[in-house]
Amino acid sequence: MSIDRRKFLKLAGLAGVGLGLSTSDLLFKGDAVASSSHSKAMAKERLAMVIDMRKFRTEEDYKRVIDACHSIHNVPTLIAEKNNPKNEVKWIWKDSYEHTFPDQSDDFHPEALKEKSFLLLCNHCDNPPCVRVCPTKATFKREDGLVIQDPHRCIGCRFCMAGCPYGSRSFNWVDPRLYLEKTDPAYPTRTMGVVEKCTFCVERLAKGLGPACAEQSNGGMVFGNLSDPNSEVRKLLASNYAIRRKPSLGTLPSVFYIIGGDENAG
Amino acid sequence: MYNGGKIIAGLIIFFGLVTFPFYSNFGKTANKVTPKLDTPVINQLEKKECVKPKEYMRTEHMKVLDEWRDEVVREGKRDKMIVGGIEIEKSLQNGCLKCHSNVKTFCDVCHTSSGVKPYCWDCHFIKEEGLL
Repeated sequence: MSIDRRKFLKLAGLAGVGLGLSTSDLLFKGDAVASSSHSKAMAKERLAMVIDMRKFRTEEDYKRVIDACHSIHNVPTLIAEKNNPKNEVKWIWKDSYEHTFPDQSDDFHPEALKEKSFLLLCNHCDNPPCVRVCPTKATFKREDGLVIQDPHRCIGCRFCMAGCPYGSRSFNWVDPRLYLEKTDPAYPTRTMGVVEKCTFCVERLAKGLGPACAEQSNGGMVFGNLSDPNSEVRKLLASNYAIRRKPSLGTLPSVFYIIGGDENAG
Repeated sequence: MYNGGKIIAGLIIFFGLVTFPFYSNFGKTANKVTPKLDTPVINQLEKKECVKPKEYMRTEHMKVLDEWRDEVVREGKRDKMIVGGIEIEKSLQNGCLKCHSNVKTFCDVCHTSSGVKPYCWDCHFIKEEGLL
């Protein structure tokens, strides 16, 4: 049986359509869980931090919390003073009102609030840009909402630093071991050439403890599950006015700031 | 052949030099190294055992570490193990090195003699030996 040109073209066309349909599954389904895990439906667990700025009044309140984190995670705090402030490695740090809420600053917010320092840390966004841009999937989002970075896989490309709108990631430009005041042998240091950030104390959560900063904050930082309507964080958010950093970017941060009103004065 | 004598003599000297490492080491056994197991924690173990049999650990310990690191860091599977009567965390720094608190005389002796330079110690360390 011979086949003429017209018949051959018809068959080839059909085969092409068939092939297209069978591979469309691969094309459209994709393994994009890590990049677009943010969805309207609430996950079973979404861990978040509520920072009550009314409870941070003295320098000591901030220092206690920052030291709690830095001492157990071997954060090279001496870099800023002994090497170069630009090479600073930040897990939890302070910044001014204008820098913390650049697009929400209000001329008529209480003066006391505007003069306050705010505690900054990784926002563990529900829609994290750092995860989307990481070429090695070293940064990923866990099912409980934590955005974690695997330093073993980090190639130091710093895309995540460009992606993070909060400056929550730091690159190790110098050997961090040279700038440690003291070391905690229960936690590794990092090495030159990798990026690092706050982990919401994932290693402590695994042991049933809360984040170290929250533990030392005297109630100024409350950690819990946003998906549970009875959790302490949800109750705080339901009864207080809280804001998040740069909400217009759509990253959906998991760190909330209760700013309070006159109560901030003093 | 022009200058045949010189060429042949040159070749003999050349091959003599190139094969020097082979005949100079012929018949000798390689420098045998024994990792030391003499640490306070190991000496007190009820049963001298590791997380896997000794022979397996000798050749495949890097795979075990690789699996652990993915399970712990990425999947959050941090189940502890009971080894030789004590609880062991799935961790290099807080697990392996709890017993093998002698990186220099346990890990490094083999790594050095076989010319491997693992970068574990760029970040991980133990109290006993400080930053490695």
